[in-house]
Amino acid sequence: MEIDLVEQIIIPVIKVLFIAHLLVIGVMAMIWSERRVSGWMQDRLGPNRVGPQGLLQPIADGIKFLFKEDLIPNHVDKPLYVLAPAMLLIPAMITIAVVPFGDSITIAGIEIPLQIADLNIGILYILAITSLGVYGVVIGAWASNNKYSLLGGLRSSAQMISYELTLGLAIIGILMLSSSLSLRTIAVEQGAFPWKWNFLIHFPAFLAFTAAMFAETNRLPFDLAEAEQELVAGYHTEYSSMKFAIFFMAEYMNMIVGSAVVVTLFLGGWHFFGLESIGGPFWSGVISFAIFFIKTGIFLFVFIWVRWTLPRFRYDQLMNFGWKFLLPVALSSIVVTGTLYIITGGSLVWIGIGNVVAAFIVVAIVAGMLAMDNNKPEVRSTPAAAPLRGLDAVE
Amino acid sequence: MNAEMILFFIFGAVSLIGAISVISFRHPIYSALSLIVTFFAQAGLFVLLGAHFVAAVQVIVYAGAIMVLFLFVIMLLNLGTLSEKGAMTGKLKGIAIILAILFAAEGIYIAVNAMTNTKVESAQAVTESFTITYIGELLFRDYLLPFEVTSLILLAALIGVIVLVKRESQTEN
Repeated sequence: MEIDLVEQIIIPVIKVLFIAHLLVIGVMAMIWSERRVSGWMQDRLGPNRVGPQGLLQPIADGIKFLFKEDLIPNHVDKPLYVLAPAMLLIPAMITIAVVPFGDSITIAGIEIPLQIADLNIGILYILAITSLGVYGVVIGAWASNNKYSLLGGLRSSAQMISYELTLGLAIIGILMLSSSLSLRTIAVEQGAFPWKWNFLIHFPAFLAFTAAMFAETNRLPFDLAEAEQELVAGYHTEYSSMKFAIFFMAEYMNMIVGSAVVVTLFLGGWHFFGLESIGGPFWSGVISFAIFFIKTGIFLFVFIWVRWTLPRFRYDQLMNFGWKFLLPVALSSIVVTGTLYIITGGSLVWIGIGNVVAAFIVVAIVAGMLAMDNNKPEVRSTPAAAPLRGLDAVE
Repeated sequence: MNAEMILFFIFGAVSLIGAISVISFRHPIYSALSLIVTFFAQAGLFVLLGAHFVAAVQVIVYAGAIMVLFLFVIMLLNLGTLSEKGAMTGKLKGIAIILAILFAAEGIYIAVNAMTNTKVESAQAVTESFTITYIGELLFRDYLLPFEVTSLILLAALIGVIVLVKRESQTEN
């Protein structure tokens, strides 16, 4: 087997290094923008002392984390305690491998597709790797040997398993229309114009997928795993210094990768009104990457926006929302897309309308059933104030 | 020795080490984690064979879903470490020895067979037809009826579980 040194080794290595560093820089940018945007939304300043507009704040934070004492409490299960942050960070990082972050670029006569690996099972790879992310949380929680951590870990794993189903089912409609699992093919199929992108054709599935994505990344309104008021800091209560920072890096990386996946699947990838094909083989590559970058950035802003807009769900609301609303909506999108594809001969308009109508019907039915359930006389065995009795005893 | 061979030995070694640590760790959580490592290494072996779909499903179903539930149960029951004499006593020991001998015999038989039989089809030729398109055609066209029957059986199991759990909570009230 002849190995071409440039095409098979050097270019992939450069691509991997580029993307890995971009992710880490992206995490820093997210830390800064989360704090500044939060400040802006709450009508305060946010950190603006270190560097212009506080841009160097993430670096200051990083240095602080690195120089803090790396404390390992005595009561933890040491090997797993050390392993857990890495088990969360690595799945977050390697998911990006199959996401196309632009069209191809031609440098010195070699055409380079802007993607690390174009697997023909791309979406399954993403689902497989994200399903491993839960171990970092669970193992970290268990190894901490702390009841708040364990509760956070259990909540988080239940939540991740529940929402993973929606995540998987919501994209089946897309797969049916593009008849491919490769993310590049899906992005290419959507074409240049927004009215042909998947978020319009599969609007309910898009909403369900996005909501499930928020749940998978443990972001508000689904951050029950680290609900401060109830669980101190959830699964990373016992972590400090750089290990704690790695947990946070993993969360931000999950957000970035999740946004990139949503942009590829639903928002047309690197396409925008044909802008991506302007210029020569070099510049079109750069422009398509820029378009993808900006789209991902906008979606990341939505993550922060939602954080300060929606309050946290209660645990039963979370489970109800996932199992009784998102899952049926995702299922309905499969049935409707398949049926209308056969009946109308693949008319995108009809599939788009049918999906929305079906989702409305499903939500109405479920809401009606829940309302009937609530009207039944219910025996509440445990009064809600039970945990407070412990406090009285202490006083 | 090309890159594929090196990867094969890495994945093989990892999956063997993982499998051995499953039975040698005293703590159930460590055993479960070793099993996940084994599944993962096996997924790597599947990729080397060109069976990407099987590899992805292996990770999604076994490493991603089933083992999470295992861990869940171990944590909720708070199973402690096994004691020195622990699990392998009496009848179990005899059965284990018999099974081990059978398993070893099978392995030796396959190895001898593979060595004498030189006309083993090259993996490349077999896996070329093993893409996801091919699997889709098999499942949804050629073997549609068995596939639907299987899914019905799974659905029945699913509903059965829900019914069983529901009845229990009603009697509690």
